[in-house]
Amino acid sequence: MPLDVYLNIVASGLLTGLVYGLAALGLSVIFGVVRVVNFAHGEMMVAGMYGAVLLFAAFGLDPVLSAPLVAAVLFAFGYALQRGLVNRFVERPEHMQFILLLGVATILLNALLMIFGPDSRGVHVDYAFDAVEIGPLMLDAVRVHAGIGAVVVAAALFAFFRYSRTGKAIRACADNPLGARVVGLNLDGLYAFTFGIGAAVVGIAGTLMTLIVEVRPQAAPEYTLLSFIIVIVGGLGSLPGALLGGVLIGVTEALAGFLLVPSMKTLVSYAVLILILLLRPQGLLGRRS
Amino acid sequence: MTRRGALLFVLFVAALLAVPLVADRYVVSVLTTVLWFAYVGQAWNVMMGFSGLLSLGHALYVGLGAYVSAALFVHFGIGPWLGLWAAMAVAVAAGAFIGFLGFRFGVRGVHFALLTIAFAEVARIAFDHLAWTGGSGGFFIPVDAAGGDDLLNLRGSPTLFYYVALGLTLGALALARVLLHSRLGYRWLAVREDAEAAEAVGVNLFAARMWAVMVSAALTAVGGVFQAFYFNTLFPEQVFAMGRSIEIILPAIVGGIGTLFGPILGAFILTPLGEGLTHAIALTGVDVPGLKLLFYGTALVVIVVFLPDGVWPWLAARLRLTRRPGEDDPS
Repeated sequence: MPLDVYLNIVASGLLTGLVYGLAALGLSVIFGVVRVVNFAHGEMMVAGMYGAVLLFAAFGLDPVLSAPLVAAVLFAFGYALQRGLVNRFVERPEHMQFILLLGVATILLNALLMIFGPDSRGVHVDYAFDAVEIGPLMLDAVRVHAGIGAVVVAAALFAFFRYSRTGKAIRACADNPLGARVVGLNLDGLYAFTFGIGAAVVGIAGTLMTLIVEVRPQAAPEYTLLSFIIVIVGGLGSLPGALLGGVLIGVTEALAGFLLVPSMKTLVSYAVLILILLLRPQGLLGRRS
Repeated sequence: MTRRGALLFVLFVAALLAVPLVADRYVVSVLTTVLWFAYVGQAWNVMMGFSGLLSLGHALYVGLGAYVSAALFVHFGIGPWLGLWAAMAVAVAAGAFIGFLGFRFGVRGVHFALLTIAFAEVARIAFDHLAWTGGSGGFFIPVDAAGGDDLLNLRGSPTLFYYVALGLTLGALALARVLLHSRLGYRWLAVREDAEAAEAVGVNLFAARMWAVMVSAALTAVGGVFQAFYFNTLFPEQVFAMGRSIEIILPAIVGGIGTLFGPILGAFILTPLGEGLTHAIALTGVDVPGLKLLFYGTALVVIVVFLPDGVWPWLAARLRLTRRPGEDDPS
């Protein structure tokens, strides 16, 4: 088997993995600050995907361009969800939060199913079959668009947390909620804002994802699990870890899809998860607690 | 339990025993489903309710129990009462492996829950590709139409299965009560309430948690054996689905996590509601695929927001069934 083939598979897995990583980034942001695991994450991603599909069908809008619109809608949804429902669960036991979000996830998933039906839908941009040539690499143009989009959004997110006042305030909440409250930060508001950001980020990941795959509601729990796996593999609470984990899972999946039966490729992600739990339970870039 | 509670419980059991004498096949089949969920919910409760370990992959143990007993019956002619021990052994081994991975490496709370989901998913994909049990095309236990009631091979009428399900549910209730008042049960409660404090007074956290997973897995696998012989068809996409795991945990959550009667009450609330809803949808003639689960999701949110301890503690306090409501008598 020529090396070029493998290089191409790894590169295309890497580009898909960046989008996976972006989705996991949303989960990581919410967990890192609000300390709540968003079990409805995949459902929000699929909602974002349908947003892109609808905007494409109605106005022919490229998913890269519809991303900001979808992000705004999902931000509002995430903000309202945290304010109205999740916030009163922040102090409750973990399993209660989990059950609450499981309920939200079930409602979202079946609402999507009732609205859009079980059949797959896709976005057919006019560069769907173009390729980008870089040396020995022949990359799908859609994947390149999606991957670059994911990197840009992730960079913006890092910059926001590092340099903006709100970003710093949110990091303060994550580090020490009590201290943050003492210095006068509005915890409830910042939590809602953070949940909104997490939802917006996964919404964008969803819109970018429509460039690569078709969307059906039933895929939502798989995306939730995928995001969980990536966050654990990358390291809990580590934002770069989420991206790295995404790339790792993306590449492994691509290689497994090529070397094994395609329907068994998710099995490999679980194998990676179990290996990480065995060898490095804090994740690739996580700190030992 | 108060005298009043005990009296009501005896009446409840007597009524359940009499059901097949007076009710038609449909009612019996619905109640069989109710009892099955009550049983499996009780099994799940041992992990979550007693020891505070959230498992969201209990479909794994149901599925393993179902597939192991069905495969033994179809391929080797080994009946369910023998096959059930093999089924329990396989489920316990799976549970022990997951528990070992989780508890050894400090995978707690929601991440442990994720691990349980991951293993159920792995099993789903694996059984999809396992030709020995039919793969994704399904696995079928032949139905002997002429056979009549045969308790030994668990073949026969709905009434037979109803009584077996009733026996399982009452047996699990009794076992859970005995366990809860045993040394092991007190250790579980201590670990659930405050793991660090429990460890400080000498409770072996790892062992207590491992016991919880293994007991729960074994009990759940028996539910799987029942399911296999009751429905006679197994599809990995249904048996190991995540939705299945959620269906299993709902009765205990609605009824009351950690209470003995909660899973039973929860099953008696949810299944008839779901059936009624299915009928109502069928009557209106609209075929909406997600409506039933939409209802379950809403029920989950409403319960966890307004009655976080479940319906049973609230009801028991209202009817003065338990001695001191809210205190340490979870019966």
